[in-house]
Amino acid sequence: MNDMHQLTLAGIARALAGKQFSAEELTRDLLARIARLDPQLNSFITVTEAAAIEQAQAADARRAAGENGALLGAPIGHKDLFCTRGVLTSCASKILHNFKAPYDATVVEKLAAAGAVSLGKLNMDEFAMGSANESSHYGAVHNPWDPSRVPGGSSGGSAAAVAARLLPAATGTDTGGSIRQPAALTNLTGIKPTYGRVSRWGMIAYASSLDQAGPLARSAEDCALLLQAMAGFDAKDSTSVDVPVDDYLATLDQPLAGLRIGLPKEYFGNGLDARIGEKVLAVVEELKKLGATLKDISLPNLQHAIPAYYVIAPAEASSNLSRFDGVRFGYRCESPVNLEDLYKRSRGEGFGAEVKRRIMVGTYALSAGYYDAYYIKAQQIRRLIKNDFVAAFEQVDVILGPTTPNLAWKLGEKNADPVSAYLEDIYTITANLAGIPGLSMPAGFVDGLPVGVQLLGNYFQESRLLNVAHQYQQVTGWHQQAPAGF
Amino acid sequence: MALERSEVEKIAHLARLGLDESELPRTTETLNSILGLVDRMQAVDTRGIEPLAHPLEATQRLRADAVTETDQRDAYQAIAPAVQDGLYLVPRVIE
Amino acid sequence: MQWETVIGLEIHAQLSTQSKIFSGSATTFGATPNTQASLVDLGMPGTLPVLNAEAVRMACRFGLAIDAEIAERNVFARKNYFYPDLPKGYQTSQMDHPIVGKGFLDITLEDGTVKRIGITRAHLEEDAGKSLHEDFHGMSGIDLNRAGTPLLEIVSEPDIRSAKEAVAYVRAIHALVRYLGICDGNMAEGSLRCDCNVSVRPKGQAAFGTRAEIKNVNSFRFIEKAINHEVQRQIELIEDGGQVVQETRLYDPNKDQTRSMRSKEEANDYRYFPCPDLLPVVIERSFLDELRAGLPELPPQKRERFEHQFGLSTYDASVLSASRELADYFEAVEKTCGDAKLAANWVMGELSSLLNKESLEIDQSPVSAEQLGGLILRIRDNTISGKIAKMVFEALVNGEGASADQVIEQKGLKQVTDSGAIEAMLDEVLATNAAQVEQYRASDEAKRGKMFGFFVGQAMKASKGKANPGQVNQLLKKKLEG
Ligand SMILES: [Mg+2]
Ligand SMILES: [Zn+2]
Repeated sequence: MNDMHQLTLAGIARALAGKQFSAEELTRDLLARIARLDPQLNSFITVTEAAAIEQAQAADARRAAGENGALLGAPIGHKDLFCTRGVLTSCASKILHNFKAPYDATVVEKLAAAGAVSLGKLNMDEFAMGSANESSHYGAVHNPWDPSRVPGGSSGGSAAAVAARLLPAATGTDTGGSIRQPAALTNLTGIKPTYGRVSRWGMIAYASSLDQAGPLARSAEDCALLLQAMAGFDAKDSTSVDVPVDDYLATLDQPLAGLRIGLPKEYFGNGLDARIGEKVLAVVEELKKLGATLKDISLPNLQHAIPAYYVIAPAEASSNLSRFDGVRFGYRCESPVNLEDLYKRSRGEGFGAEVKRRIMVGTYALSAGYYDAYYIKAQQIRRLIKNDFVAAFEQVDVILGPTTPNLAWKLGEKNADPVSAYLEDIYTITANLAGIPGLSMPAGFVDGLPVGVQLLGNYFQESRLLNVAHQYQQVTGWHQQAPAGF
Repeated sequence: MALERSEVEKIAHLARLGLDESELPRTTETLNSILGLVDRMQAVDTRGIEPLAHPLEATQRLRADAVTETDQRDAYQAIAPAVQDGLYLVPRVIE
Repeated sequence: MQWETVIGLEIHAQLSTQSKIFSGSATTFGATPNTQASLVDLGMPGTLPVLNAEAVRMACRFGLAIDAEIAERNVFARKNYFYPDLPKGYQTSQMDHPIVGKGFLDITLEDGTVKRIGITRAHLEEDAGKSLHEDFHGMSGIDLNRAGTPLLEIVSEPDIRSAKEAVAYVRAIHALVRYLGICDGNMAEGSLRCDCNVSVRPKGQAAFGTRAEIKNVNSFRFIEKAINHEVQRQIELIEDGGQVVQETRLYDPNKDQTRSMRSKEEANDYRYFPCPDLLPVVIERSFLDELRAGLPELPPQKRERFEHQFGLSTYDASVLSASRELADYFEAVEKTCGDAKLAANWVMGELSSLLNKESLEIDQSPVSAEQLGGLILRIRDNTISGKIAKMVFEALVNGEGASADQVIEQKGLKQVTDSGAIEAMLDEVLATNAAQVEQYRASDEAKRGKMFGFFVGQAMKASKGKANPGQVNQLLKKKLEG
C-alpha cells in the first residue's frame, strides 16, 4: 500500500486488523515522510525514530498474540509539553532545551498502553503561549495549506503534522483555544474536553485551571478513538474528575433529529470575517437537514472573556513558571556570580519574549494593591461567563459558531502588537474559562484556506459534540480535503 | 493606568527575569498594550459576584497517608545543571 | 519609663505523617540528601500535588483540641517567592481560608496562675528544603528531603507578655501536639520551630509598638533568651532616641544576640492566590464529630482532674499533666501505691532529677511505675524509712532487684520496729557513749536539744538506718531522761 499516510486512525485500524501492512511498515513509511516533508513545515522538535520502530514492532507482536485494540500500532505524535521519559520535553523553550523528562505523562502512558506508536514530539508555541506557533525556540511552524501562513497555536506543530499527513493524529492541549484554533486553520477536527476529563499529570502547565489535553485528527471519529484512550480519572491529578468516561464511539452514529443548536448572536458580530460567517451558516443548514433545530441565544459576557483570560492565565503562568530557575533541571546561565544573577539570567535568557511578557502581566496582576482589581475581578467575570453557559444549556444541547474570527494569517503579521493575536481567541477562550468541552471541525474554504466551525457542549458532553461532528462529516467532505503537496 | 519603566523593572525583579536595557522600552510598551486590554474589565459590574477559581467547583480529594515513592536521586540528578555529593549546587545562599 | 512586652508566636509543627503533604515520599529525618525528594517534591515540570488525608485529620484534631472553629471549606494558596530550597518557586500554604480558625490555649505560669492565650489560626502548608553552607567551592548545597513535609503553622494572638509566658505557651503547644500524636515535638530536629514577634510599648499605652520577628528559634531556652535579648535591644534603642524597624531577625545562640537578616529584608510581595492545582477542602461535620469523640484527655482537663481527684496543687497538677507519658506514669504509680501526694513527690523529685541527669525520657525510665509504686507502698506501711527508700530506689535504678520488696529482702533493709530490739540497741549506744550521756544529763534544756541529735545519729548508724526513726526518738528521750 503506497498511500498509508492518507488513512485515518479508523482506516489504519481496519488495515492493520486486515493485515494489509504492519505497524512497523506504517511507522517506517511515516518516518520517511517526516524526513522528507517536515523541513518545510518544522512541525517536529524531536523525531524518536528508533523508539518508534521498537514500539511498532511491539504493537505488531501484541497483534500477533491476539490483541486488536483500536489504537494498537497507530502512529501518533505528542505536543512537546507532555513529559516523555528520557526524551527531550522542551515546551519549545530554551529553558528546557536539555530537559529529558524523567517520567511519562499520564496521557503518554495511556496511549502507549493502548499500543499507539509515538513518532516524536511536536512543535508548539513556547509554553503553549500563542495562537500562531511563532514563539517557539525551535522556530515557527508553517501551515501546510500555505507555508507563508501560520498554522495557529499553540498546538501548531500537532496541527501541521496531522494536516500534512505526517501523522494521522496527535495530542494537543488547549488553554484558550490551542487545539481548536489550529484545527480550524489547518482543516482538522480537534476537541478540548471538559476540564478535568483528561489528566494533567505530566503535562507541563501553562494555566492550571484552564489547561486541558485533547486530540487533533482528521475526523471526529478519530478524535473519538484517541480521546477514548486519553480520558479518565487519574489519582495523580487532584483536578481530574472521577466520572465514568462515555463510550464515544458508540454514540457517533446517533441521529441528530431533535438536536437543539444555539447560535449566540455575539459570535456573529463585529470582528468576524463575513466569509467565515457564511460558512458557519452553511453548516447550520446542513445540520438542519439532519433534523437539528435552531435557537438564537445570547452569551452576553463574551466580550469580557479576553480581558479576564489575560489576567487569569498569566497569573497562574507567572507562578507555574517559577520552577524554571536553573537549579534542578533545564537551562542555567553561564557562571552566575550570585543567586540573583543565577535566577535572572537563567530565566531572562531561557524564556522568550512572549513568555516573559505573560509572566510579567501575571506577576503584576497578583502583586500587592492590584490583586482585587485584576485577579479577583477576572475571577468574577469568569463566573459571569460560566453563568451565561449554564443558562444557555438550559435551552440548547450544543452551541455553534465560528472557531476563529479570521483565516490563517501571514507569518509575522501580528508580531508588532501581541494584543492583535490575543483577539483571535475570542470564540474559543470562554470554553476554557467555564470548563466546558469544545470541538472544532472543518467547514469549507475561503481563498483556499480552511474555515473551522466550533461546537460547544455542556459539561461532560464530549460524546454529543463528537456525534454532531461525525454526523456532519458523514454528509460532507470538507474534512477529507488535503493540502496540495501533502 | 500605564506602567512606568521603573515599575516594569520592579515587576521583572519580582519575577526574577533579567531584562536587557535594550528590551525595556519594547517590554514597557507591550505590557501597557496588554494592560489596556485587561483594563476593559473595569467596566463590568461584578458587585456581589463570587469569584470562580475552578471551573467545576469540585472539592479536593484526599490521598491515603502512604509512602509510595522510592529513591530515584541518581535519575533525577542526571538532568541537573550542578550537583555534588547528592546536593543541588547554587551560588552561596546568604542568610 | 516602665515598658510592657508584647509577644505573638508563630509555631511550625511538622506533622508526623508517614508521607509528605502532597506526595508519597517518606518524611524520615536524617535520610541521605535528596533520597526522599520525588518528582513532586523537586517541582519537576508537569507534576501535581495530591493532599494527604492524614495531614488534614491531624490539623482538625488540633483545631478541636483548642476549641477552634474548623472551616467547613478551606483553601490552599500559593505564596510566591524565589529561594533555592523552595523548588516550585512558591510554597503551598493557606492564606484567606485556613483549616483552623480562632481558638485558645490555657497555660499555667510558674506561680500557678492560669492564663488564656488566644490562637488566631492554624493552617496547613509544606515545609521547604535545606541549604547547606559547608564549602562547596563557594557554593551552597540544596537538600530537598524536607521539602513537602507537612507543617501546621499555629499563630497566636499577641497575648503573651514575657519571655517566661512565651516559653510556657510553647511548652503547652509542645505538650498538646504530642498528646494528640500529631507531632513528635523534637525541637533539635526542627519538628517544632518558633518565630517570635516581639515589640515593646510604654506601660499603659494601648497601641502596639513596632515589632521585629525573630525567625526559627529552636529550643525552649533559646526562646526565652532570644526574646529577653530582643526586648532589651528594643528598649535601649527607643530610650536612646531610636526607632524599632519592622524586620526579620535571627537569634545567634553562640553570641546570645539577635541580628537583622538583611537578605530577607527587601520588600516581599508574595502574590498569594488560590492554588489552581488543588481544590477547596471540605470538612464534613460527621468527620469532626468522629474526631472529637476520639480525642484523648488533654492537658487542661487532665490538670483539673489531677487537682480534684488527687488534691494536688495547680502547679504540681500542671507539671504532671505536661506530657501524656509523664501523666500516664504518674497515674500508674498512684494506682499501685494509693498515695497521690507521695507519688507526685517521687515522680517530680527523685525520678525527674534522675531522668534529667541521665537525659532520659519518661518512657525510658529505668524504674517502672509499678516498681516506684511498690517502693512507695513500703514507705507508707513503715517497712522502710524515707532515707532507706532512696537507697532502694538507687538499687532499682541499678537493676539490683525486680521490685522494692525484693531489694529490701535481699539487702535486709526492713525497718526495725520491734521496741525491744531497738531498746537493746539503744542501751548499747548509750553505753559506748557514756561520757556524752553524762554531759547530756548535766546540761540545760537548750544544750540538750543539740546533743540529742548526736544520739539519734549514733543510733541510726548502729541500726544501719533500719530502726524506725520515730521509735528511736521516743525511746531515746525516755532513756536519756533516765
Ligand atoms: Mg509565617
Ligand atoms: Zn509558615
